[in-house]
Amino acid sequence: MSARADVRPTSFGRLRRNRSFWISAGWLALVLVASFGAPLLAPYGSNEQNLSDLLAGPSGHHLLGTDDVGRDILSRLMYGGALSLVGAGWATLVALAIGLPLGVVAGYFGGWADALANRFADLIFSVPGLIVLLAVEAIFGSSQWVVMSVLGVILSAPLIRLVSVTARAARGELYVDAAFVAGLSHQRVVARHIVPNIAAPTIILTASTLSLALLIETGLGFLGLGPQPPTPSWGAMVATASTVIYTDPWMVVPTGAVLILTVLAFNFIGDAVRDAGPGAQRASILRLRGRDRGRRGADGAAAPLLTPPPATDAPRAAAGAGDGEGGAPLLAVDGLRVAFAAARGDVAVVDRVSFEVRRGETLGLVGESGSGKTITGLAVLGLVPPPGRIVDGAVRFGDLDLTALDDRGWAKVRGARIGYVAQEPMVALDPSFTVGSQLVEPLRRHRPGSRREARRRAIELLSMVGIPQPEAIFRSYPHQLSGGMAQRVGIAIALTGEPELLIADEPTTALDVTVQGEILDLLRSLQTELGMSLILVTHNLGVVADICDRALVMYAGQIVEEGTVDDLFERPRHPYTEGLLRSDPELGEIGAPLPTIRGTVPLPADWPTGCRFAPRCPYAVAECSAAPVAMAAPEPGRLSRCIRIEETMARDPLQEARS
Amino acid sequence: MGRVIARRLAISVPILLVVATLSFALVHVLPGDPGRVVLGTSATAEQVRAVNQQLGYDRPLVEQYTSWLGDAVQGDLGTSIINGRAVSDDLNSRIPVTLSLAIGATLLSAVLGIALGMVSAIRGGWADRAGQGLAALGLAIPNFWLAVLLVLVFAIKLKWLPAVGYVSYEDSVGQWARYLILPVLAVGVSGITGIARQTRGAMLDVLSRDYIRTLAAAGVPRRSILLKHALRNASIPVISNIGFTFISMLGGAVIIERLFNLPGIGQWTLAVVDNHDLPEIQGVVVYSTAIVLVVNLLADVGAAWLNPKVRRR
Repeated sequence: MSARADVRPTSFGRLRRNRSFWISAGWLALVLVASFGAPLLAPYGSNEQNLSDLLAGPSGHHLLGTDDVGRDILSRLMYGGALSLVGAGWATLVALAIGLPLGVVAGYFGGWADALANRFADLIFSVPGLIVLLAVEAIFGSSQWVVMSVLGVILSAPLIRLVSVTARAARGELYVDAAFVAGLSHQRVVARHIVPNIAAPTIILTASTLSLALLIETGLGFLGLGPQPPTPSWGAMVATASTVIYTDPWMVVPTGAVLILTVLAFNFIGDAVRDAGPGAQRASILRLRGRDRGRRGADGAAAPLLTPPPATDAPRAAAGAGDGEGGAPLLAVDGLRVAFAAARGDVAVVDRVSFEVRRGETLGLVGESGSGKTITGLAVLGLVPPPGRIVDGAVRFGDLDLTALDDRGWAKVRGARIGYVAQEPMVALDPSFTVGSQLVEPLRRHRPGSRREARRRAIELLSMVGIPQPEAIFRSYPHQLSGGMAQRVGIAIALTGEPELLIADEPTTALDVTVQGEILDLLRSLQTELGMSLILVTHNLGVVADICDRALVMYAGQIVEEGTVDDLFERPRHPYTEGLLRSDPELGEIGAPLPTIRGTVPLPADWPTGCRFAPRCPYAVAECSAAPVAMAAPEPGRLSRCIRIEETMARDPLQEARS
Repeated sequence: MGRVIARRLAISVPILLVVATLSFALVHVLPGDPGRVVLGTSATAEQVRAVNQQLGYDRPLVEQYTSWLGDAVQGDLGTSIINGRAVSDDLNSRIPVTLSLAIGATLLSAVLGIALGMVSAIRGGWADRAGQGLAALGLAIPNFWLAVLLVLVFAIKLKWLPAVGYVSYEDSVGQWARYLILPVLAVGVSGITGIARQTRGAMLDVLSRDYIRTLAAAGVPRRSILLKHALRNASIPVISNIGFTFISMLGGAVIIERLFNLPGIGQWTLAVVDNHDLPEIQGVVVYSTAIVLVVNLLADVGAAWLNPKVRRR
C-alpha cells in the first residue's frame, strides 16, 4: 500500500512541492499585509504631498518615487491596494454566493433547476460585462459596492457552468448511487460526495475570478470610474502615470508591476491547484517530452524496480524454436525490454521477450490483460506510449534494426512494410476525416501517384476487405460506420503500403461475436492472398486455434511458453498455458464446471522475483519462487519457463482434465 | 447544421428580449427618477418634472415598456437626449471601428494562441513551461497598462506608428491598418492566454487518442498528423473559445478606444455614461448584446461545421 502511495504522490503533496505556489502565496500575503496594514506600515500618509519633489524616481526617501503632486507612490499603492483588493474580493464573494448554490442545485437535481440555471448563465454570458457595468455606474452613481456586486453577478456565470457540470458528473458516479441505496439523505450525499468533487475546480476558477475582478476594478479606476480622487487606487495611479509617461516614464513601472504581479499570483495559485489534481499529466507518442524523458531515464538511477536478469535462457536456435523452413526470419525480437518511468524508477512491463516471425507465418501472442502482449506489438512499431520506452533488446526486421530508426527511417517501415490494426476500431479512425481521405493519404505516401490513382486503389482496398459498397464507404465519416465495418476500414488502412508483416492487436475483441468470425476469416484470407506474416495479439485461445501457426504465451511481461498451436493445445508445457486452456469456455467440456486460474495478473511493480506465475500456480513449490526461471526447451520446437516441467510433462494434465 | 442554428436562435431571441426588458427596467423600475439621473443632483424638482414630461418618462410604465420594446424589435432604439439623433444611427456609425478593433484583436490572439498552445503541447518540457509562462503573463498584463507602454515605445520613442486616432478603411486601408496596430496589440494580448491554454489542452487530449496511433502506424508523417489531423480535431473546442475571446475583446475595446481616441462603441459608451444619456445607454446594452449573440451563433456554426458528426445532421 505504502509503495503505491510513493509512486503516485497525492494532490496535496504535489501542491506542497510546487514552488510557484509558495512564491505566489508569499507575494499575496505581502500585498495583503501591506495594504491592510497601510495606516501602520506606510512611510507616508496617502495624501501627504512633498511639493519640492514631484515625479521623483526611487530614492531613499521615496522607495518607489513620487507622483505628479509629490505623493509617495509606495504609500499610495499600499493604501490603494486595500480598496482594489476588497473590491475584487467582494465581487468574487458575490460570484461564489450565486454560482456555488445555483451550480450545485442545477447539477445535482438536473431537470428544471438545471435548465433555469443554465439560461441564467447564458443570459449573463451574452451581455458584454464592461458595458453593463458602465450603464449601472451611470444610473447608480459610482458606488464601489453596487458596481462590484454587479460585477460579481456577471462573474458568477462561469462558476454556475463549472459547478453544475462537475456536480452532474459526480452525481452520475456509481458510488453516489450506492450512497442513495444505503439510505443517505440529499444533504449528506452533497456534503460527502458532491462537495469534494467540485472543490478543486472551484478553487481554480475562484483564483481566475479574483484576478479578472482585480483587472476590471483597476480598469474602471483607470477610466476614472473607481474611487474618486484623492482616494488612491491602483487603476487611477496607472492613469496618472500614463499622463506623465512622455516626460517621466518611471511611474508606470511600480504601478503596473504591483498589479501584474498580484494578478499573476492569483493565476499561478489556480494553476498550481490544477496541476496538483489527478489526470493533469497526459502523454502521447507524438509528444517530444515523452521521448526526452525516456532518454534521460535510461541511465542507471532508474534501475531498481527492473528485475535482475534470469538465468541464461536456452539458446533459441538450440531449441529449434522459430527455426523451421530455414532462411532468415522476417522479424527477430531479441531480449526486448519495455519499461515505464514511474516516480520510484522504471518498471519493466515487457521483460526480455524474444521471438521470431517467419515469412507468411501467423504468430499468436496470447495472454491475459496486463501480460504485456499489446506493448510488445507496439514496441515492434516503435510506438510504445510514453512514459514507456524500449530500454533494451534488439528488433530486427529483414536487415533493419528497428530500435535504431529515426523518423525518416520509420517512414519507410510503418505502414509500408509493417501494418498495424488497432483494438477498438471505433476510436482508431480520425473522426474528422472521411474514410477515403484516411486511405488516400497513406496510399499516396507509400505509392506516389495521382489523387485519382490513389482513390481507385483505395476503393479497391475497401472491396478487398469485404466492404459491399466501397464508393459509399469511401465518402463516409467514421461515426457512420458499424464496428465491424470500421475494423474492415482499419485493416484496409493497414494494407495501404502492402506490408510484409501485419500486427493485429485484439482485432476482434471490441466487436460483436457474429462479426468476430468474419474479421478473422478476412485476416486469414488476406494473409494467404498477400503472403503477409501476421502477429495476432489476443487473449482469446479460440482465435489462436483458429488462425495461428505458432503461439507465444505471455505472462507478467515474459514469454512463458512457445510452440506450434497444435503442440500447445494438445500438450501445454507450462502450468499457465494449461490453466488458460482449462478456463476457456469454448474449449471446455459442456456441463462441467469451468475451472479458473485463481487470482489476477499482478501489477508490474509487484511482479515476483522468482517464477512470476508461482503465486497462482497449482504446482508451485518453494523452489519456484527462489530465483528467476530461465526458458528451457523441453522438446524440439518448444520453449517453456517452468522448472517443474519434467514432472508435469509426465502427467499430460489436460488429458486428465478432459477424461 | 440547421438544427445547430435553430437551437442557438431559440436561446438567443429570448435572451435579447430579456436584456431589452432589463435595460428598460434599469432605468424605470429601480429607484431613481430618470429625469434626476439625466439632470444630476443639482437640478430642481421642477426641472426634473419638465424633463420627464419632455422625454415621455411620465407616461404609464406599461405603455412606455410596450412602445420601447416594440420600437426596439424594429431596430429603433430611441433618440439621444444629448444630440437628438437616433440611437441606432449613432451606434451604426461607430460599430465599424469597434469591430475592426475586436476582430483584429481576436485574429491576433487566435493565431498566436494556437501557435503557442501547439508548441506547448507538442514540444513539452521547457518549451511547454515557457509557453505557459508567456500565456500567464498575457493574462496578467492589464490592457490599459500595455497600451500606455506600447504608445511610449512605438509611437513616442521609435515613432513607427501613430499614438492616437483612427482612419476609416473607406479612406485608406493602409492608414486604417497602421492606426489599428497598437490598439489591436493592446487588446489582443489578453486573449492569447485563453486560446493557448485551450489549444494546449485540446491538442494533448487529441494526441493521446487511438487514431493518432493508427495514423502513425500507417506511415502518415508526423507533420501531417500534427498539423492536419490533430489540429483539425483540436480546433473544435478552440473555436468556441475564439467566440468567447471576441466577446471579451469587445469589453477591452471600451478602455482601449478611449486611450487611442478611436471613435467606436466603447468610447461612445463612456461619453453617454458621462452625459447620463439614458436612451443611448439602454441602446448600447441591447446593441452590444445583439453583437455578442451573433458572434456566439457564428462560433456554434463554425464548431458544428468542423465536426462531421454535427455537420451531417
